[in-house]
Amino acid sequence: MDHSFPQKVLEHLFSFIDSNKDRNAISLVSKSWYEIERRSRKKIFIGNCYAVSPTTVIKRFPELRSITLKGKPHFADFNLVPDGWGGYVYTWIEAMAVSVPLLEEIRLKRMVVTDESLELIAKSFKNFKVLVFISCDGFSTDGLEAIASNCRNLKELNLQESEVEDLSGDWLCYFPDSYTSLVSLNISCLNNEVNLSALEALLGRCPNLQTLCLNHAVPLDKLPSLLSQCPQLVELGTGVYSTEEMHPDVLSSLITAFSGCKQLKSLSGFWNVLPSYLPALYPICSRLTSLNLSYAIIQSSDIVKLIGQCPNLLRLWVLDYIEDVGLEAVAASCKDLQELRVFPSDPSCLELNNALTERGLVSVSKGCPKLQSVLYFCRQMSNAALSAIAQIRPNLTRFRLCILEPHTPDYLTLQPLDSGFGAIVEHCKDLQRLSLSGLLTDRVFEYIGTHAKKLEMLSVAFAGDSDLGLHYVLSGCENLRKLEIRDCPFGDEALLANAAKLETMRSLWMSSCSVSYGACKLLGQKMPKLNVEVIDESGPPDSRPDSCPVEKLYIYRSIAGPRLDMPGFVWTMGDDSSRKLELDVAGVEAQFRNL
Amino acid sequence: MSTPLEHDYIGLTDNSSMDKTSSSLNFKETELRLGLPGCESPDRKPVSFFSNKDLNINVCSPLKNLVTSVGAKRGFSDAIDESSSKWIFSVNDGSQAGIGTTLFSPRGEGNVGKSLVGLETQTNINVPKNINEILHQSVKPVHEKNKQVVGTNEDANAPAAKTQIVGWPPIRSFRKNTMASNLTKSNDEAEGKPGFECLYVKVSMDGAPYLRKVDLKIYNNYMELSSALEKMFTCFIIGQFNSPGVPGKDGLSESSLRDLLHGSEYVLTYEDKDGDWMLVGDVPWGMFADSCRRLRIMKGSEAIGLAPRGIEKSWSQY
Repeated sequence: MDHSFPQKVLEHLFSFIDSNKDRNAISLVSKSWYEIERRSRKKIFIGNCYAVSPTTVIKRFPELRSITLKGKPHFADFNLVPDGWGGYVYTWIEAMAVSVPLLEEIRLKRMVVTDESLELIAKSFKNFKVLVFISCDGFSTDGLEAIASNCRNLKELNLQESEVEDLSGDWLCYFPDSYTSLVSLNISCLNNEVNLSALEALLGRCPNLQTLCLNHAVPLDKLPSLLSQCPQLVELGTGVYSTEEMHPDVLSSLITAFSGCKQLKSLSGFWNVLPSYLPALYPICSRLTSLNLSYAIIQSSDIVKLIGQCPNLLRLWVLDYIEDVGLEAVAASCKDLQELRVFPSDPSCLELNNALTERGLVSVSKGCPKLQSVLYFCRQMSNAALSAIAQIRPNLTRFRLCILEPHTPDYLTLQPLDSGFGAIVEHCKDLQRLSLSGLLTDRVFEYIGTHAKKLEMLSVAFAGDSDLGLHYVLSGCENLRKLEIRDCPFGDEALLANAAKLETMRSLWMSSCSVSYGACKLLGQKMPKLNVEVIDESGPPDSRPDSCPVEKLYIYRSIAGPRLDMPGFVWTMGDDSSRKLELDVAGVEAQFRNL
Repeated sequence: MSTPLEHDYIGLTDNSSMDKTSSSLNFKETELRLGLPGCESPDRKPVSFFSNKDLNINVCSPLKNLVTSVGAKRGFSDAIDESSSKWIFSVNDGSQAGIGTTLFSPRGEGNVGKSLVGLETQTNINVPKNINEILHQSVKPVHEKNKQVVGTNEDANAPAAKTQIVGWPPIRSFRKNTMASNLTKSNDEAEGKPGFECLYVKVSMDGAPYLRKVDLKIYNNYMELSSALEKMFTCFIIGQFNSPGVPGKDGLSESSLRDLLHGSEYVLTYEDKDGDWMLVGDVPWGMFADSCRRLRIMKGSEAIGLAPRGIEKSWSQY
């Protein structure tokens, strides 16, 4: 008999606690707290869909209403994970269709969804509200028809950056006339035209709509009429932001439409921009907190004119057309800026771009005291610049630098960039995410292992000299959850020496490194709580000597054991069953249908 | 914490189970020291990695003796003949050090030989004297005929014609595809810029359980495309469902697809921008790459209608 509060009181207390981290902590306090917590948890976050089985999750959390699942390794975004690898969501949907009929929300990232899955969702969950697919693939607009027809209470449909087989734009027509609950619609990834009159009618009857992200097929001259249906919008992704020639009447209707959107805070889209239409945005610039121009091919001067009027910007995504001079303007105008992303307009170009250099990043770091999150593609960097950034911006929590050419040294001293990144990890004590690039030796990993104590995710490419580098990171970074490495000379030693560390992490990805097949086998055999998966498209690794390095290696902790849906080029190490395991039937069938 | 046993790096000794001690290295025994070429640590033999002189790390190595083959489970500790905790897979005590380790970044000065702060361990790597030679010899020793070429700094001076590295720079496909189509549509500023040269087309193969995608822009001719497709679809032909240890699996990797294709059982076809299905290889490469929308490895019997003048072509041409 414990002396805790009565159960009802605890339940009530726990209902105020939303964060999964906190709930996980609560569940460890005592058995009774574990029980009370699990029976009341509604939102589950599963960072790796293969870490646990659907049955286990459902059994533990019977009141599940919202699930977030992540599938493929992050490097799948850059085509390093071959198609067919896995990440099928169907088994999850199937299990929940039976046992969690009151499910309301499904959020997926990098998973394979099929039309069957969508149909099953549509008919199984009567109160379904939120569907978010980030970087997913495997489904078509047919599946969306099922969702539109059946999900009467749908609030959010977000297909951000997913790959959808666009068979017809008429799926939007399947939302019945009685359907009015839409709050958020993101169809920016679709390739073809959607039925615009159906869209307009839909917008008109959904008074709670806050987010609308259109695809590039929506012409600019239609935008004003669409906007007039939903002037309450908070977040807008435009369609294409140009016309063949500039039409003054399009401009004036845009001005009117935008002026009518008093709540608009976030803008994106801008696929193709005709700069003469940018002034239509001026009336709303002062309210903007988020601006994504990262697909807009416009000159620095035009960007600067726009941004100069956005003093409240918290988040800015742009292309390197902004140049150093544009970033100086950002530093001067956007004093509240928290997140900056600068993408490359022409990554295959080999020449140095003198217009966008490390200086731009230094300016923004100096001028924006709240800057926390940086993603920056450039062609040159110096240790001095990195040090300066580190010292002036110790509040950075996410720092991803991509110097386009691998092995690029400090352009001033020709030294490796070890000390620059070292300064970053030393000064930015709350750094959670870091991506490295440029010429780097084992030294940088020593710095990281020594200082980056809060680091949770590290991405490494073309860096390091020896296993020592990997060893520093695995043995030093206490909070490391995700480590992804490509093209580094890391081999067996550090991996095997730090095998136990891998159980404290979500996952480790290594491709084009020097880890031998033998080491993988050993790791798989000795670490039953890890799934050690070898990906090799050139054939069974057994047909080569054990000393041969594997192409790609993905290691993750799991309480579900080896997965059952691996394709022919993935092998789980240490799995004693001699049969190659079955493929996910639905996944296979879906692929056939896609042919 | 109890003293870790000798040759115990992941708790593989007879007496211990997998517990916390497995994660602690016996630092004295497993001391890694960073040493200049020619120096040797007094109390242990030089550590080497793959210890392979010719950079092709596919030579049979002592590893085979150390690691179990299927069926015969031996503890790792049994396999090490020395009692010192040599916890790496090398028995060859040659002085060639981790060649793969030095390959990927030319050493900056002053890194070798410094003592490392904070960790009480040091690496003993005997750096081969002819390191520059090695750097220039081969860029990617471990993966033969692979598209992934690592550009060294030496290459950076060479202009334009550079092999693209798969997945680098790290830009999502959605962005790449969008930018690629934006640039073809947009106005003068973007003229002449190659921009996001990538063109992913789906490749299906009759009978295979799922599709693949290839970026046509990274190939320069039909030969390269055909090699890449072979590599990708080989595992579908035979053998991917065989378990290790089942006889007959050997040698069924790369030759099998080629055999099947040379036997005219399969032909490579593509759908062009008009929606017509054509045989691959009829038109110059550039024209093909521009007009191809998807690829299909079709059973030969189905492809008859596609052949111009009724002649069936197979991959042996390329």
